[in-house]
Amino acid sequence: MKISREEVEHVARLARLALQPEELEAMTGQMDAILGYVDKLNELDTEGIEPTAHAVPMENAFRADEVKPSIGIERAQQNAPATDGSCFKVPKVIE
Amino acid sequence: MDSRYEVVIGLEVHVQLTTKTKIFCGCSKDFGQEPNSQTCPVCLGLPGALPVLNKQVVEYAIKTGLATNHKIAPRSIFARKNYFYPDLPKGYQISQFELPICEHGWLNIETEEMGKKKVGITRIHMEEDAGKLIHSEGNSSAVDLNRACTPLLEIVSEPDMRSADEAIAYLKKLHQIVMYLGVCDGNMEEGSFRCDANVSIRPWGQEEFGTRAELKNLNSFRFIKQAIEYEVERQADLIDDGGKVVQETRLFDPDSGVTRSMRGKEEAHDYRYFPDPDLVPLVVSDDWVERVRGELPELPEAKVKRYTDELGLSEYDAGVISTERSVAEYFDALVKLHNNPKICANWVMGEVSRALNDNGIAIADCPVTPELLAGILDRIADNTISGKIAKTVFEEIWNSGKSADQVIEEKGLKQVTDTGAIETMLDEIIAANQSQFEELKGGKDKLMGFFVGQVMKASKGKANPGMVNQLMQKKLKG
Repeated sequence: MKISREEVEHVARLARLALQPEELEAMTGQMDAILGYVDKLNELDTEGIEPTAHAVPMENAFRADEVKPSIGIERAQQNAPATDGSCFKVPKVIE
Repeated sequence: MDSRYEVVIGLEVHVQLTTKTKIFCGCSKDFGQEPNSQTCPVCLGLPGALPVLNKQVVEYAIKTGLATNHKIAPRSIFARKNYFYPDLPKGYQISQFELPICEHGWLNIETEEMGKKKVGITRIHMEEDAGKLIHSEGNSSAVDLNRACTPLLEIVSEPDMRSADEAIAYLKKLHQIVMYLGVCDGNMEEGSFRCDANVSIRPWGQEEFGTRAELKNLNSFRFIKQAIEYEVERQADLIDDGGKVVQETRLFDPDSGVTRSMRGKEEAHDYRYFPDPDLVPLVVSDDWVERVRGELPELPEAKVKRYTDELGLSEYDAGVISTERSVAEYFDALVKLHNNPKICANWVMGEVSRALNDNGIAIADCPVTPELLAGILDRIADNTISGKIAKTVFEEIWNSGKSADQVIEEKGLKQVTDTGAIETMLDEIIAANQSQFEELKGGKDKLMGFFVGQVMKASKGKANPGMVNQLMQKKLKG
């Protein structure tokens, strides 16, 4: 196996996914298959080849430090499930 | 500081940059605006919005890197740091992980206790800030994303510091440099210059590091020192009692002066970094680096060296003058106009800072400009006025903006150097104080000051004291 059930549980927790036991089972199998497939790439000899960070052969896309209008509080909050004055409202965060 | 164990400190500093706009969008980053008034699809993390890098952020990163002796990476990339928190709208922070823009830097520091030392800096990388969480009373929290996507430099030191004092010396040095460069406003209360401290202890002589705690919420130099000192004691006591330090994040509480564990954040350290496909690699040419290097201002260390070596100032005076760039620039302008560095330094540290403090004015706005002050100092040098009268002239200029010559003329403050006039005054005073004069003649030297003082009084401070002294000697012999 390329991946254990515990690792899948861990990754699911990091992604805030609540998986049922049977989903966990299925997911472990599927991820294992994916990793097995990706593993094929490891057969390639990549000695001396720079790791690719970006698929497009391009560099240095900049913008100038000039202020552009913001969209306004009303539009910013348009899709928010809950608001509190001009803030977004979220369940209590305990520090 | 505790002497049972050796203390090991590494610091992570977040420097908020003084750009006009955010790092990946054109929203303004003014402090203190209405919540969410400075947001757009990019900094709100709306689907499909694409970040574009602010070139000024790169300039500032290179500048800061060079000023702290870093190697500037010819090629660097941005990465996503993944975690969930309500102040992070995208569910990841755009940062740099592998290939940061600056590596292998260092700073010189000095403390009374441990002397001079070089502190290594591992790296500097660019990243976006998170938004702000406002904790309210009820069962909800409020999120303001104005700060989201604000440009930061994270400056990560090596674990090279061995006391709270060394940590503070490093931070003050770094703070001074970013302010000199103008890349940060240095305001610690508003969070423009923030620090996390990694603190561990180990038995003396032990090679490997102990388990460290990461201290957060340190927004003043005083709190940083307090937090580190508390944490060292806590760890030492823990180990002495047979316990073990746990690797964790601890929050400093300024009210009680203690650090408290923030349990439950441990798992969040699995950030699953990967290159951000929305941002293309950053390539910085040698020409670019050299151009920025050429634009660097003279930095505090170089200033101190020049002031001591070339201008003959004491180490102390040079340090005081160069603490702030604006003060050093005032001094530099003054010395160019009046070639007596020691006198210039005394006036900048004395009258000028006193008047600025009293009036709550920054030196850049000082009504007595270097040109006007040089005018005063020139008149002291050529004996037109005494040092004491010069202070009156300074005040007059401060209030009126007139030149020294104008003030001296209008107020009749010119020093009396006319021997005849002084002698007449002296004769009158001797006549009025005949017995004292005889005592002085008889060897009671202390009375010399009395006579000189009387002449100064009679002339309203305008008699040249040296000349009064000379004439007095003549009278005694005669």
